[in-house]
Amino acid sequence: MLAAVGAPDIQTLFEQIPEQARLERPLDLPAGLAEQDVVALCQGMAARNRSLEELVCFLGAGAYDHYIPAVVSAVLSRSEFYTAYTPYQPEASQGILQSIYEYQSMIAALTQMDVSNASLYDAATAIGEAAIMACGITGRSRVLVSRAAHPHFRQVLTTYTSGLGILVAETGFTAGTTDVSALRRALDGSVACVVVQYPNFLGAVEPLGVLAEAAHSAGALLVVSVDPIALGLLTPPGAYGADIVVGEGQPLGAPIGFGGPFVGIFACRRDYIWHIPGRIVGATVDADGRAAYTLTLQTREQHIRREKATSNICTNQALVALAATVYLSALGKNGLRHVAELCFQKAHYAEQEICRRNGFSAPWRVPFFKEFVIRSQKPVAEVNARLLENSILGGLDLGRHYPELENHMLLCVTERRTREQIDRLVEVL
Amino acid sequence: MYPEDLKYTKSHEWVRVADNMATVGITDYAQEELGDIVNIDLPAPGGAVRAGEPFGSVDSVKAVSDIVSPVTGEVVEVNEDLAASPELINQEPYGSGWMIIVRMEDPSELAELMTSDQYERFVEAQ
Repeated sequence: MLAAVGAPDIQTLFEQIPEQARLERPLDLPAGLAEQDVVALCQGMAARNRSLEELVCFLGAGAYDHYIPAVVSAVLSRSEFYTAYTPYQPEASQGILQSIYEYQSMIAALTQMDVSNASLYDAATAIGEAAIMACGITGRSRVLVSRAAHPHFRQVLTTYTSGLGILVAETGFTAGTTDVSALRRALDGSVACVVVQYPNFLGAVEPLGVLAEAAHSAGALLVVSVDPIALGLLTPPGAYGADIVVGEGQPLGAPIGFGGPFVGIFACRRDYIWHIPGRIVGATVDADGRAAYTLTLQTREQHIRREKATSNICTNQALVALAATVYLSALGKNGLRHVAELCFQKAHYAEQEICRRNGFSAPWRVPFFKEFVIRSQKPVAEVNARLLENSILGGLDLGRHYPELENHMLLCVTERRTREQIDRLVEVL
Repeated sequence: MYPEDLKYTKSHEWVRVADNMATVGITDYAQEELGDIVNIDLPAPGGAVRAGEPFGSVDSVKAVSDIVSPVTGEVVEVNEDLAASPELINQEPYGSGWMIIVRMEDPSELAELMTSDQYERFVEAQ
């Protein structure tokens, strides 16, 4: 190949790089291996992982072990979907656009909001985008986020808004949910939005009605980050007057996969449609009057609006959003409700049984969905080590993220957990 | 071709003056070039505008354009109908498509603007 391009050696290709920036030594790489040796090397490394096919998972905290129906991978693995990148002549890809339109429609219905976009990367960045959007809409520059929201979401929110003159402040929680009195004291005319999670990071159901009223009476927007499975059972944020609903779509048909790829839900009220980031697919008719789909409201996007755009995102998580669409289609309203009820009932059964054991108690009484907090007499690391010996993945050590929650564990029970598995967990604890 | 009672800018805005109040919009040429207008961003009443500086923007299907103020002053009124019906700008650019009314700080700025004839020749040369 060097001969074909007329270069005597590989160094010639790097001559454009200024001398002071060049490495000037060979890279410290081992010699090449034969293909079968590479395969053996990788298999050896992979074999050191233990997966959820072997371990019984009671860990949640943002990535959830829900059952993925076989039809999801059957549809996703079609090469038209699997190999497609984001279409640059979108109207020529009517199938992709239609699937995205279906996704948007389902998300809007699930969250009870007027409009959804084609998806963002994940809940964390969706929260960042929502905060920036709220500041743009209100002309204000402070964001209040509950400490009961996922610690990683809060970190990403701060990163995402840094450099934009936006100040992120945290507001506390009490007895498992956002402290409304503290929130009211922190609200003033400089706050663009209040950000909460539903259910929150600790598994509890936040009082969205009260939070919406508090935010709105100060002229701030309410941003809610949801677990879409929970919306199979809980009243959706749209019904409480939420202004922007974001969330993590991973539970809808995407595997945990080392933390990604996930998919960011983003929906809002119609009033704000011109401020929404990301792509939106619209339904229309073509020149012959047939149903057709198109990317719409494109002048919001940064390739046209440039520095005045709300966001510089110009893509979506098409494949993972498709998984969510297939999942929701396969389950339907009743199926999703059933999944949610199973999570709710099994989690409550587990909590009840665990609290009967000596050395474990509930730190507070609060309505919860599929995750809950347990206080342990022994350190969480010790408890989890014993669980792991029994091939059980225990809950999150909350002391790592909340200093006041030392010796507290966040446990998750999804519809996948059987009664036998829950009883075994209780037995081993 | 262009209403004679108005004055015009090189960026295709028009001004209608009554006492020290200036009503501002974009010309028929501008709306034609933009195509179907689907959204408009305007300042709130009480906001300040400066001659030669953008005070808002208008979206057509494939483009966004700044709207530049011909005069300096305070925005006293904004056309609320445009939020729900931006197409009024296409349909009646000098009538129901008006955008803002400004209380002028310095009416002498009007002398910098073009007459209807001057604007017509300016447009022909585009």
